Amino acid sequence: MNITADLAVIRPELFVAVAAMGMLMFGAFRKENSARFVSWLGVGVFVVAGVLVFAGSADTAMAFGNQFIVDDFAVFAKILLIYGAALSLILAVPYNLREGIDQFEYPILIVFAVLGMMMMVSANDLISLYLGIELQSLALYVVAAIRRDTLRSSEAGLKYFVLGALSSGILLYGVSLVYGFAGTTNFEVLANIFVADENASIGVIVGIVFIAAGLAFKVSAVPFHMWTPDVYEGAPTPVTAFFAVAPKIAAMALFVRVMLEPFGDLVLEWQQVIWFVSLASMVLGSFAAIPQTNIKRLMAYSSIGHMGFVLVGLAAGNEQGVVGILVYLTIYLFMTIGTFGCILAMKRAGRMVEDIDSLAGLSKTNPLMALALAIFMFSMAGIPPLGGFFAKFFVFKAAIDAELYVLAVAGLLTSVVGAFYYLRIVKLMYFDESSEPFDKNLGREITVLVTVTAVITAFFFVGLGPVLTGAETAAAVLFAA
Amino acid sequence: MDSFPILSLTTFLPLVGVAFIMLIRGDEHNVARNARWAALWTSLATFVISLLLWLNFDKSTAEFQFVEKFEWLPSFNIAYHMGIDGISLFFVILSTFLTPICVLASWKAVTTRVKEYMIAFLVLETMMIGTFAALDFMMFYIFFEAVLIPMFIIIGVWGGPRRVYAAFKFFLYTLAGSVLLLAALLTLYFEVGTTDIPTLIAYAVPPEMQTWLWLAFFASFAVKMPMWPVHTWLPDAHVEAPTAGSVILAGVLLKMGGYGFLRFSLPMLPIASEQFVPLIYTLSVIAIIYTSLVALAQEDMKKLIAYSSVAHMGFVTIGIFTATQQGIDGAMFQMLSHGIISAALFLCVGVVYDREHSREIAHYGGLVERMPRYAFVFMIFMLGSVGLPGTGGFVGEFLILVGAFQDNTWVAALASTGVILGAAYMLYLYRRVIFGKLDKEHLKQILDLEPREIAIFTPLVILVFWMGIWPDPFLSVFDATVSNLLQNYQSALAIAEPLNLAGR
Repeated sequence: MNITADLAVIRPELFVAVAAMGMLMFGAFRKENSARFVSWLGVGVFVVAGVLVFAGSADTAMAFGNQFIVDDFAVFAKILLIYGAALSLILAVPYNLREGIDQFEYPILIVFAVLGMMMMVSANDLISLYLGIELQSLALYVVAAIRRDTLRSSEAGLKYFVLGALSSGILLYGVSLVYGFAGTTNFEVLANIFVADENASIGVIVGIVFIAAGLAFKVSAVPFHMWTPDVYEGAPTPVTAFFAVAPKIAAMALFVRVMLEPFGDLVLEWQQVIWFVSLASMVLGSFAAIPQTNIKRLMAYSSIGHMGFVLVGLAAGNEQGVVGILVYLTIYLFMTIGTFGCILAMKRAGRMVEDIDSLAGLSKTNPLMALALAIFMFSMAGIPPLGGFFAKFFVFKAAIDAELYVLAVAGLLTSVVGAFYYLRIVKLMYFDESSEPFDKNLGREITVLVTVTAVITAFFFVGLGPVLTGAETAAAVLFAA
Repeated sequence: MDSFPILSLTTFLPLVGVAFIMLIRGDEHNVARNARWAALWTSLATFVISLLLWLNFDKSTAEFQFVEKFEWLPSFNIAYHMGIDGISLFFVILSTFLTPICVLASWKAVTTRVKEYMIAFLVLETMMIGTFAALDFMMFYIFFEAVLIPMFIIIGVWGGPRRVYAAFKFFLYTLAGSVLLLAALLTLYFEVGTTDIPTLIAYAVPPEMQTWLWLAFFASFAVKMPMWPVHTWLPDAHVEAPTAGSVILAGVLLKMGGYGFLRFSLPMLPIASEQFVPLIYTLSVIAIIYTSLVALAQEDMKKLIAYSSVAHMGFVTIGIFTATQQGIDGAMFQMLSHGIISAALFLCVGVVYDREHSREIAHYGGLVERMPRYAFVFMIFMLGSVGLPGTGGFVGEFLILVGAFQDNTWVAALASTGVILGAAYMLYLYRRVIFGKLDKEHLKQILDLEPREIAIFTPLVILVFWMGIWPDPFLSVFDATVSNLLQNYQSALAIAEPLNLAGR
């Protein structure tokens, strides 16, 4: 195949890779005080990459011997994760300057991680899938430990690395099993094999389970969630914000593609696995968050719960499910970035505080921040008319369409339990007497981002139509056999 | 008339007021004063506009009127669809009527965070009107659930000492019921392919699905109503909520349950509704007798009225499920009169609470000596609650009992004991608070109603008598809708009858 045609397909990835190296050069030669500039350069790279991704979305295109695919689904997911990364990078700028971790490597690592995620989303082969995951993961391990002089950050990085390596190993083992029993790693060829031969051999099934386990680890679904609270708590807060958004979106998109594209006709074989993982995540995410006192740990359990809800859409295994997943991830992006923006503003007497109780009386000391955080909390609890409700609505609609009544009802009931701990934060902010106010002047970036994401979360129903249309076209690609 | 979106205007006008209040700046005192006035004018304007709905309402038809429909999510068949019929008209007006009263009632009682308080009430008003005016199930659910947010804040921020517990209990109880409603909504949506309420009403849901859907609806509406045994959130919420919060809670929020039964359970799932009549009757009779007895033993005025609400709502559920013209008309009427009377009773408690900061019945006694006007007003509403002929309370209960008698004599007989018990606990309350000797030292200086409070109570008193003496303007509005509903209900049952017989 013509190499220029291949390169045209991967234009956004190519741009990101070259730009990342350019940023590295710039930072290496400028050395001093380049962090802020390189950060904004990184944001600029994401904006351009987003435009390139969007502009390149005409038809489904393959490159490099069908290893790489660009379709509407990939475009949707890439735009989400690029903007998630861009927003979390903006959040990091004032924090990193203040906390003395203003190395220029930070934005560069984020850009490389995003490059890996873009490859994950576009993977059309088990090998390119693995390459994407590893590129992403290696950058993430370093970012988690970016504050190398503090114990907690290093611990988070190491924990993430050891467990991440383990999950990659599990994933790779699954890949080799599938390859051994099916004889190919290409998604399309695999899909054709399983259409012809519905009764896949037991080796393939075991391989699929291993792959699912590895991917469940990446999206931090129960029972592969143990690393999440520790890493969330240990990593610097902007890094946690990034972890909560971009890698989750990328891994979930990859999960969806792997399950529905090559193994789409084996849905009855893997549905019960996803069913269990989803239910377990929702239950654990809602119950385990109740006793938490550290807001970052709470957010970790909250994200486990959210991934459980997203997986409901995958368990449904139908087109509606994918629509629901994409809508969910879109809203999840804004809610999570906004919440972490608020967490980054929790600073008292020059020190970051992470204790939930320090939010007490926020509605008096900082009414706007309290309002924004209340919007995010109600939205995460899934109360209409806020964004989070629509997210849940569409995944559960898919579950009902697939006649997974038990999963739907159980999931909805866990969302009531989850509402309890989200309400607890609202209660602290609005019902309790105020403690000392937080420091002001935390950088315009955070104020703007929190305001914008709060408005988007509150008025999501206005833009729901276009998002749904986009999600529908994206989902249709995976089912256009 | 179809060109001007009068219903949307009614629904969203309070939000315009919210926008104004948000813009208010300045020192605390000025902000509070301006917020109060802005909220009062907005809610009064909303009320006046909602009266236009009544004036232009065509009583002769059961069709939905003032219909507005815009595409929202066309590929999902979900639309912005608003409209009212005879059932919903008065609930809309009840909401717009009680909100300015609540604003006035909180004029002096609420001194902290007045701006936020008024915003919460106006948002609540929009959500309440939207719940009754929505003609799309998805829209209905959004409004229905969104009510929780402002109410949670109102109870939690401006409530009494145990407000946090009460707010959480209220929120989680209602949410748990509602998510089951959501599951049913999704199932129905999957079955029919649309969330349009008129289409859903016209659709014949397969009998085997109806049972489950009915139970899910029931879970939500019974909590909201509230029916025994899921009523326990209500006394807590009422006791802890500020006066105006209790007024809205008793006046409008409880009616959402009854409205839900009338709008969804009965017309959409007639077969299951018929099947579950014994369950409803049992729970309602227990509610009437049991909660009346509990009310008799209460030491807290608000708790007593809260329990009386549960008993009165028991009448409503009986009336709805008798599926007779009298029964449903009576249930509708009872909901309206209870909306006025219980709201007024909570306001009465609020009057003395503002002065004495106590709701203990034992704290009072002999108030008639110092507060004759108050005693008079309280007496009217107390007798209205008892169901004395000539007040609004009588018409509803009478019609319900007539309807119940046609269907089941025992239910009618047992429910009638509730009327007697109701008289017992209300008169007992009245005697302990108003009559007797004024020998408590702290009550010697208590002041009678002031002009603001008289302004609040006057329209309520007029309404109670109007509804009792000349109920026709109200009954005639929902007459056509109710008889149409019943016609469809009976014909749906007639079609299903052979199936039922085969099942036996």
